[in-house]
Formats: sequence, C-alpha cells, structure tokens
Amino acid sequence: MTQLRRNLVHRRSLDPDWCLGAMVYLAAGVVCAVFAWILFDLLAHGLQSISWSFLTELPRSSGRKGGISSVLVSTLLILLVTMVVAVPLALATSIWLSEFTRSGGRLVAGVRMSLDVLAGVPSIVFGLFGSAFFCVFLGLGYSILAGGLTLACMVLPILIRTTEAGLSSVPHEWRQGAAALGLSKSAALWQILLPAAMPSIAAGLILGIGRAMAETAALIFTSGYVDRMPESVLDSGRALAIHIFDLSMNVSGGDQAAYGSALVLIVAIGLINLLALKISDALLAKRVVYA
Amino acid sequence: MHETDLTNQATPTYTLGGLQQGAPCCLPKPILDVKGLRISYRGVPALDNMSLQIHKGCITALIGPSGCGKTSFLSSLNRLTDLIPNVRVEGQIEYQGINIHDPSVDVRALRSEIGMIFQKPNPFPLSIRRNLEMPLKAHGVSSKAELGERVERALTDVGLWNEVKDRLDQPALGLSGGQQQRLCIARALVLEPRVLLMDEPCSALDPISSGVVEDLVLRLKGQYTVVIVTHNLAQAKRIANYAAFFWMKEKVGKLIEFGHSQQVFEAPGHELTAAYVSGVRG
Repeated sequence: MTQLRRNLVHRRSLDPDWCLGAMVYLAAGVVCAVFAWILFDLLAHGLQSISWSFLTELPRSSGRKGGISSVLVSTLLILLVTMVVAVPLALATSIWLSEFTRSGGRLVAGVRMSLDVLAGVPSIVFGLFGSAFFCVFLGLGYSILAGGLTLACMVLPILIRTTEAGLSSVPHEWRQGAAALGLSKSAALWQILLPAAMPSIAAGLILGIGRAMAETAALIFTSGYVDRMPESVLDSGRALAIHIFDLSMNVSGGDQAAYGSALVLIVAIGLINLLALKISDALLAKRVVYA
Repeated sequence: MHETDLTNQATPTYTLGGLQQGAPCCLPKPILDVKGLRISYRGVPALDNMSLQIHKGCITALIGPSGCGKTSFLSSLNRLTDLIPNVRVEGQIEYQGINIHDPSVDVRALRSEIGMIFQKPNPFPLSIRRNLEMPLKAHGVSSKAELGERVERALTDVGLWNEVKDRLDQPALGLSGGQQQRLCIARALVLEPRVLLMDEPCSALDPISSGVVEDLVLRLKGQYTVVIVTHNLAQAKRIANYAAFFWMKEKVGKLIEFGHSQQVFEAPGHELTAAYVSGVRG
C-alpha cells in the first residue's frame, strides 16, 4: 500500500462526526417517541369515548356521562378573552421595545426584566393574583372574564418576547430604506416590518394559545369549575384542562371521560396551531405579491 | 440658458437624456451648502469641521478610505443621521437656502426631495410594483392612472421596464443584485427628488451590473444632482464633475480637498490627495 493510499483510506476509528450525528439523531428520536407514546396512550384509551354526542351534549353525573359541550364553549370563551386582551397589548409593547427605545435605557431593562420574571412565574401564582385582583378587587367573581384576564397576564411575556424577536430580526436596511423614502414610522411598521415579522408573531401566538388552552392551576381560582353552559363571560365556566383534572382526581369512574377530553384538547391545540400557521402563510403570501 | 435646457429635457420624454460623458456641464449653483459640519457618535468625533457646496445638476464624488466619514457626511445631507442613536450633528446644512435642521422643516418632505441609495440593495419584501407604489401613496399620490404612469416612467428611466414589465407583481427580492439596485434607484426616482445620495451603489454588484448602474448615474446628470461615495477611483474619474477627498487625521475624518474632478485627479493640491489618487496610499 502506498503512502497516499494509506492516507486516503477511511480509518475505522471513532469518527467525531459520526458520534455527533448519532447523538443528535438519538435525541430527536427520543423526543418523537415521547410524543408518540402520549398520543398513542390517549388514542388507545380516549378514542372510544369520542362521538358526536360527546362533543355536543352537556356533562351529566359530574362528567361521567354525557358530553363536554359546555366545557368546550367555556374553554373557547376563555381563550377568546385572553387573546383579545393579550394580542394588542403584546403587539404594542413589542413595537415599543424594538422600534421606539434605544438599547441600554433603564426603562427598557426594567420592562425586559419584568417580562422574563413574569414568564417564569408558576401558573398557580397567576391564579392567586387573578383571584385576588380580578375576582375580588375588581369584583368579577368566578367568571370566564376573570379567567381570561388572568391567562392574558400569563401569556403576555411569551407573545411580547417572540414578537419583539421577530421585529428585531427584520433587516435594519428596510427601516433605513423606508426612512430614506420619507415614509412615516407607522407606514414602515404596518407595511414592511410587521408583515416581515409575521412568522415569529404566529409562532408566539401558537405558543401562547397552547399554554392558555392547557392551563389548569391559574383557572381553578378564577374561572372556576362550574360545568353548566355559560350564558355570558361573567358566568363561571370550566375549562377543558380543569375538566380533565377534576375527572381524574375527584370523580371516581371519570377516567374514561378524562381520556376523551384529553384527546379533544390535544386535537384542538393541533387544529389551532394549524390554523395559525395557515393564516400566517396566507398573510405572508399576500405580503409578497400584494399587501 | 441652462435652466431652459433642464426643463426641456425633463418634460416631454419618458426616459432621461442620452449618455453624457466628460467635461463639467453643470451650473455652478449650489443646491446644498454645508458649513462647519461636525458629526460625532457618542461624543467621539467622526467628521471634523468641513464645508463644501454641492452644485446643482452635477455629480459630486466622495472618495477616500473607509471609516473617514464619507457615509456619515452623506447621510447627514437628508438627515438620515437622525435614525442613529447618540449621534450629534453640528454646523449648518442649507438645501436651496433652507436650513434642514430648522424645526419647521418636515423631514419626510426633505427626504422625498433628497433621496438615498444604499451600498446593499434594499428592496422591500413586496412585489416590484408595490415597492414603487408604496412611497408614492405615502406621499399622497392615490390616482391609479398616475401611480401606473409614474411606476412605468421610473422603471423605464433605470432601464428595468422591459425586464420586469411582465412580472410587476412578483416579489422584488427575486430580482438579481443589479436589478435590485436599479429597482432601488427607481424607487428613489419615482418620488421625483432633486438630489440623489448614493453610498457606494456599485460595490455589491458584478462588473456588468456595475457598468449599467454607472451609465444610469451619468444619465441622471443634469436633471438630478448626484452625490456618490465610491471606492472605485476610475469610476469617480469617469463620471464625476466634482470630487471631494476625505482622509482620517488623528482618528477623525476630514475633508482634505474639494474641487473639479479633473483638478483633484490630475493636479491635486494636497500631497495626501496626490498619494491616494495615484494609488500610493489608501
């Protein structure tokens, strides 16, 4: 064997690239497996309780029998309140953070720090705060409105940080170009910067909606767990996650319905994610061709 | 006499005039008058006390090594320096006799009179048409017919119309680098500015696109006043009527020499200029 051949032939020792590849593939595989396991478990136990009547009937016998229609309506109402309050606030704050402030300001640092702390606060603390502030102090009582407002406080940091990150990643050249054409700051924002940040905003929305839909602790003390059909946002309403918690912890013989509800929750979150992605894609397509 | 020439050239035809080469053609009439300009960032001076006049209808080239304040100077002319935090601009800049730092001056109107082209083409992530219509709409043009006509004229002026007329609704970011830069020039021209500031408009382009843009700049001469930063000395020599040479002295950018381009390149009055233009330094 010549020297050249010896140099070129692949050595069968431990190749660092091979190790790295193996590790990252393994990690990705584990993540997929965990999700697949949960999904399989839910499908195996929950699929049999899913039916049209399960979705459209009121719960009976503490949820053991009947359906989850009132719970679904309450969940969607809570989510609606949360998003109607949180999205405009988050948008405005992130615009302020990325477009109206100079880096290094004390107020900016303060706002950022409060957001980071807020993002890490356990949801039960939000629940206590919501109960004390919205239910008692503002006199909203156990209500969907109080629950939605509490969740809005909880998802604000997620929405703000993702939107801000999206806006900050928009190339500075576009801001400069817009200014050089004598465009106003608001025109640049609405027509260029926000559409360009749309994918990040959509990602934040998906995270926020997912977190709000799945929230239990913050809602126990705020929106309550009455399983009647709510007549307005001032009524108490039971969210899906609370329904699952109640069925599996407090209602003997409720496991079957709990699995069914959990499956509905997962599918609903999946559908909402899909919808958010579709909407952001549509906006994106519109932006490139005509906006 | 020159005045009538200008207006005749501007009105009837869609396109700009033919290629003009060589000799200084323009009115020795200042459109921008800079007096005692000083620029500093975070208290650190970047450009030291400089004065010069930009003459109407001419091409003025700013030459000199990187980091000696050419771009700072350029962007102070339409107050784009306002965007930079902690920048301080002192001295006086008069645009047609109006102090551009006067509180009564509308910056947006000023920037529609004094457009700017950047080093890196920066078309917006919109369709080709929307790139041009958006600034027009922002400045109050709403009639569809007028929008269409002005978009076509601007694209024709930069020689892009035939290349893109069938795909006006396609994304502008799908164009090649040279086309993108010409689109950006069209986007500035569509507002019918009087002055165009160009910050190394060819440096990110291949030689052919660069040549196309250079020809375009030459055709702008007369109708528009052009101030162009360039590191390409041969290009500056080919196209400029006036040249300003910047150099870094004691860590501060300074204007060393300003004059007719022929004089600056062929009979420089300062030894630094002579060394730079002959390629000895810089």
